[in-house]
Amino acid sequence: MRYLPLTPDDRTAMLAVIGVDTVDALFVDVPDAARLAGPVDLPHHASEMAVERDLVRMAARNRAAGAGPFFCGAGAYRHHVPASVDHLIQRSEFLTSYTPYQPEIAQGTLQVLFEFQSQVSALTGLPVANASMYDGSTACAEAVLMATRVTRRRKAVLSGGLHPHYAETVHTLAHNAGVEVNALPAAVDAEAAVLAAIDAETACVVVQTPNVFGTVTDVTAIAAAAHAAGALLIVTTTEAVSFGLLKSPGEMGADIAVAEGQSIGNSLNFGGPYVGLFACTEKLMRQAPGRLCGETVDAEGRRGFVLTLSTREQHIRRDKATSNICTNSGLCALAFSIHMSLLGGAGLERLARINHARARRTRDALAAVPGVEILTPRFFNEFAVRLPRPAADVVEALLTRDVVAGVPFSRLAPAAGLDDVLLVCATETTTDGDIAAFASALTAELAR
Amino acid sequence: MSMVNVGRPTRPEQSLDLGPSPGAGRGLQQYEPLIFELGGWGKTGVDFEGVEGDLDAVDLDGLTRGAQPALPGLSEPETLRHYVRLSQKNHAIDLALYPLGSCTMKHNPRLDEKLARLPGFADVHPLQPQSTVQGALALMETLSHWLETLTGLPAVALSPKAGAHGELCGLLAIRGAHDARGEARRTVLVPTSAHGTNPASAAQVGYQVREIAQTADGRVDLADLAAQLGPDVAAVMVTNPNTCGLFERDVVEIARLTHAAGAYFYCDGANFNAIVGRVRPADLGVDAMHINLHKTFSTPHGGGGPGAGPVVLSAALAPYAPTPWLIREGDTLRLEEGAVGPAAATQGRVSAFHGQMGMYVRALAYMMSHGADGLRQVAEDAVLNANYVKARLSAAMSPAFPEGPCMHEALFDDTWLDGTGITTLDFAKAMIDEGFHPMTMYFPLVVHGAMLIEPTETESRLELDRFCDTLLGLAAAARAGEVERFRGAPFHAPLRRLDETLAARKPKLRWTPTAR
Repeated sequence: MRYLPLTPDDRTAMLAVIGVDTVDALFVDVPDAARLAGPVDLPHHASEMAVERDLVRMAARNRAAGAGPFFCGAGAYRHHVPASVDHLIQRSEFLTSYTPYQPEIAQGTLQVLFEFQSQVSALTGLPVANASMYDGSTACAEAVLMATRVTRRRKAVLSGGLHPHYAETVHTLAHNAGVEVNALPAAVDAEAAVLAAIDAETACVVVQTPNVFGTVTDVTAIAAAAHAAGALLIVTTTEAVSFGLLKSPGEMGADIAVAEGQSIGNSLNFGGPYVGLFACTEKLMRQAPGRLCGETVDAEGRRGFVLTLSTREQHIRRDKATSNICTNSGLCALAFSIHMSLLGGAGLERLARINHARARRTRDALAAVPGVEILTPRFFNEFAVRLPRPAADVVEALLTRDVVAGVPFSRLAPAAGLDDVLLVCATETTTDGDIAAFASALTAELAR
Repeated sequence: MSMVNVGRPTRPEQSLDLGPSPGAGRGLQQYEPLIFELGGWGKTGVDFEGVEGDLDAVDLDGLTRGAQPALPGLSEPETLRHYVRLSQKNHAIDLALYPLGSCTMKHNPRLDEKLARLPGFADVHPLQPQSTVQGALALMETLSHWLETLTGLPAVALSPKAGAHGELCGLLAIRGAHDARGEARRTVLVPTSAHGTNPASAAQVGYQVREIAQTADGRVDLADLAAQLGPDVAAVMVTNPNTCGLFERDVVEIARLTHAAGAYFYCDGANFNAIVGRVRPADLGVDAMHINLHKTFSTPHGGGGPGAGPVVLSAALAPYAPTPWLIREGDTLRLEEGAVGPAAATQGRVSAFHGQMGMYVRALAYMMSHGADGLRQVAEDAVLNANYVKARLSAAMSPAFPEGPCMHEALFDDTWLDGTGITTLDFAKAMIDEGFHPMTMYFPLVVHGAMLIEPTETESRLELDRFCDTLLGLAAAARAGEVERFRGAPFHAPLRRLDETLAARKPKLRWTPTAR
């Protein structure tokens, strides 16, 4: 077996050093009844060629997003990732290293984390960023839990513009911890209803911009209202490229910003692994979840980096920790950071402008299709449209015309009563040909 | 046995000064500034396709940011150099044995990397029509079958994104089952030797945590467990093999007592590597167990993640698994994403999408490569290697539990350092100068000055001997009074010991223009 270096002779010699006759003697503490006599009922070992053949066959049964016109967003985005990113993250020293608990021989990973935190801080406009969370949705749930600790209150108000899957994740992860989750109804302009839901018991308000319908909102007034009530504002972003163009959460008064970082450096991967971004104000630093990397000096006074403030964390504080998170998204954070280093602020802004322009062009093309109503007045790179038929049916029908038309809102929230709403996203990968194909396929389908 | 010290002085000496002035370097070690110090302001290293129309014409009603994000952009060659230079400051499995106990730092097959990057897996959107992702769903179904067969448990929730997330998910299922019976149980029992994530996860689900005592031979104290079990206990969480590297030989009795008290038996599967293919947790009475795919099934640790923490569940707990559920209907697979039909009692969603697909591909490729026979061999070789290291190092170091075999990791305490003036930390840092990553230190908390060594099955006998020879040489030096060599170590790493107190007292968590 190609991954196991020991030979039968090695094993015999090593058993002799240990002083036992058989390897079974090393399993003596396992109850007899639980010791399997032979291999379980699964296939035996296979060659590299055979495994590759089987998995290539499975992969071939999926339609890659790049195979044709493709307009899905809603929390995961198809962007071009420079080839050097994927090359660099496969460096053995990054790929096959552990969490940098021994800083003298992990300065590579630690400096990357320090740079990553600095980048996330600059993008979100908040001074403290952590070393990553699993994804945007779990980062959002952690932010809610953190807000309840900070305010010692129990109620969380979730805007109806928050991605429904994020709202569900927050509910699952927070309500057993005693948090009362008030998820407001989904609407294109849901932020307008948030103010009325804030009261003196509110620990935090969670808003998303651009929201799940694509709407871009200035949440400054919500921040003021939340703060006036003694609550924190959590701003969620699922499309990190939007940071290149839109007002940052910090500029609008957010106390905590969380985001899905997949768009920068990471593939779609059918939903994971992704990378959660988490940033907050200086004041909240010691209540933050997850790892933090900080600058220090070594015994000779040279600059270096270490994981710090770890008395917040589970391996020290156990049941009093700020979170149970241990493993995070290190390698995805590295990919994010490399791609961000290539882009720079200037490149990210240009990329964001291209995304916005592509989406406006898509909007214009769809607006001309009879029967289509554009619902989102002001958006970044995705928007909602109303169709004369259930959106899920239209998406299925357009598949036969080789167009993946977007995400039916009913897929995210079947009970919201918005079955005719389709979420459409365009990025820099969307060509004029893709847009024309979409508009013409939709025109033909709706004319049927 | 002699010290491996070819080409290196064994005396402490002033290490190479690699900075802080940019440009300094010695041999293959380059000083590398922060990206913010490389002069990329206003630049970008990405060329964009020409786009017709005016990019300045944004349609955002004054909602654009006040200023461009203050981040430098580097050309591709500058970027490559930056990250390659940084990479050379890291230890890695591909460089040498990485004996972190409880972390299972084993070889990461590159076939798995190649397959995870196939466009049919990597370039697939989580919300595209399910008819277009039947291969991805089939992969999830196959992975589920392997995990269920290896553990003997009938259901698995794939979506948790790491071990701690899996713990949370398993405990939520347990809470769901108790709630459904109208039982308001609010306590979880956890051994003192447990991973910190166990009590942290229990607290996050709203449970009070109480500790179970440990016996002198490093196992759960059955009498204490029995005394603490009662109508308020929801679950008992035990790691098996435990964090002392020992198999809980009374595990069946632990399960029996737990069940008799109406509680569920949660197993932390972090150490599944020791028994995979040889023991099915279901046969031990386990009701729920998360599996760290990044440990037992070798998806790369990546400097801290991503991981994946699927949790296998008994029939009683399965109804409370998180959404989405994978459902087979004839030849078709579909994801049930709502709390309806078979998933009516679900705990709900634990993350936005369906989990760590990229990790599933790698883990399944790893499993298929080994097969049922190979995975059994994995457990045997992992246990054999650990016992070999324990046997060899016991000549100079003090095993915490000398009686009987260990499982996949060997635990030593620091009594053998008594009188040397050298601590576990000093000894571990001296290992760095010899080219090895330190073992896990000061964990588990129940053993004084703990040194927990997990070699894994992917080390050759030659590398194990090199490692043991090195540690025995260091032990001899410690006994011979070469104190400075330890207290000042490491001397040959890119940096000397870091001032962690300073980092915590004056936290500097990001670069700022005035920082230097």
